[in-house]
Amino acid sequence: MTGKDELNPLPLRDLPLRDLHETAGARFGGFAGWSMPITYPLGVMKEHLHTREQAGLFDISHMKLFRLTGPDAAAALARACPLDPDAIAQNHSKYTLLLDESAGIVDDLIVTRLGPDAFMVVANAGNAQADEAELKARAAGLAVAIEPLDGVFLALQGPGAEAAAIRAGLPVDGLVFMQGTEPRADWFLSRSGYTGEDGFEIGLPEADARALVAALLTDPSVAWIGLAARDSLRLEAGLCLHGQDITPETNPVEAGLTWAIPKTVRERGGFVGAEALAAAMAAGPARRRVGLKPEGRQPVRAGAVILDEDGSEIGIVTSGGFGPSAGHPVAMGYVRAGRAEAALHTDIRGNRIALAVHPLPFTPHRYRRG
Amino acid sequence: MAATYFTEDHEWIRVEGDTATVGITDYAQQQLGDLVFVELPEVGRNLAKGDAAVVVESVKAASDVYAPCDGEILSVNEALSGAPALVNSAATGDGWLWTMKLADASQLDGLMDAAAYDKHIA
Repeated sequence: MTGKDELNPLPLRDLPLRDLHETAGARFGGFAGWSMPITYPLGVMKEHLHTREQAGLFDISHMKLFRLTGPDAAAALARACPLDPDAIAQNHSKYTLLLDESAGIVDDLIVTRLGPDAFMVVANAGNAQADEAELKARAAGLAVAIEPLDGVFLALQGPGAEAAAIRAGLPVDGLVFMQGTEPRADWFLSRSGYTGEDGFEIGLPEADARALVAALLTDPSVAWIGLAARDSLRLEAGLCLHGQDITPETNPVEAGLTWAIPKTVRERGGFVGAEALAAAMAAGPARRRVGLKPEGRQPVRAGAVILDEDGSEIGIVTSGGFGPSAGHPVAMGYVRAGRAEAALHTDIRGNRIALAVHPLPFTPHRYRRG
Repeated sequence: MAATYFTEDHEWIRVEGDTATVGITDYAQQQLGDLVFVELPEVGRNLAKGDAAVVVESVKAASDVYAPCDGEILSVNEALSGAPALVNSAATGDGWLWTMKLADASQLDGLMDAAAYDKHIA
């Protein structure tokens, strides 16, 4: 018996709180250049369900926070992303994209306005360096400082997240979904996450993080949750993983993410990728991202080829696995436009598995919208 | 009297006469985590030592289970179709994968006993 883990020849970076994960019995694995806790003794299935039923604590310090400050901070973001920073109210967050000149998706970001001239950007681990270089290049000539933050970044997710946060002394009062604040010096607190559940993301210095984790873990509703369950949670929630479901080879039109780009911004242009995006919108998508429900119990994984009834390749699965809350396999992928409703299937080791197009998300979002 | 042997790839094989029952070790099921699907082989299939006989799928990944010896599959554990987690809860008992008729019992000589396997995973 053997696993099919990829060998990673590069040295991996350790999380600042690695010792806490070791104490908690985590199993580690490489992801985006980091040695990450993949699962804890509870196991992926129970970790996933615990998050949906109570509160899951995730160490997401591999992700990168950038603080943009200066009189041109909004202008820099407006050039860098298909975003209207001036339309973001103070302490509100917005999901946006970093596009290249071809409108390919370099990364997906959460931007929070912290003040008239201050924004926080949360970027994905694997793209952090490229994002920093791009943001700086796109801000050339503008009066803005782009400062990567070090420290710990935690997520607390689930229906019990608010109560657990309050018991641990987190100042979450009044925050609703997609709002963020700086409650203390060097802290960033937002009501957001990537599981489909209500919850918070907290960036803070390591010493503060150790105290917060200690307080949270005295709460019986809170458990450490690893990267494996984070992936199954976000997939059930229909959320894209950059590098898999969205990449520089996919554009927002085919990815179904144009909702993240305000119409006024599309019309006005002025951001990197604007022309290509306009052309892609005018032409319509050649393929589109869909949710897929495989028939039966066998998971269909990323890379599986999607076939039509004649056996012709018409797409590919970009994320797939078992959905512990859904109770069946779940997947996401791209299908040639106009063919998504046709009888789709895939072939796994000689087994033909029917794929039904399924609306996303697989499990309903439970964000606290206030 | 049954004798149990172990492979470096974390299969166990319990032998009685010229028939054997095969599964994965408790260590292996712990490493894999919660299984959600077990793809069983066809009865009657002839396996060569080292052939991928079964695929076990956890929430995250698929893994092969290899034949520890040459032989013909006599039966498969149908209970796993509806309850793959039996492998997690009883890897060396109710979570067995298949039984086989051994073609060459001398192949067992190359496998580990329980003490050697415990050392292997230590």
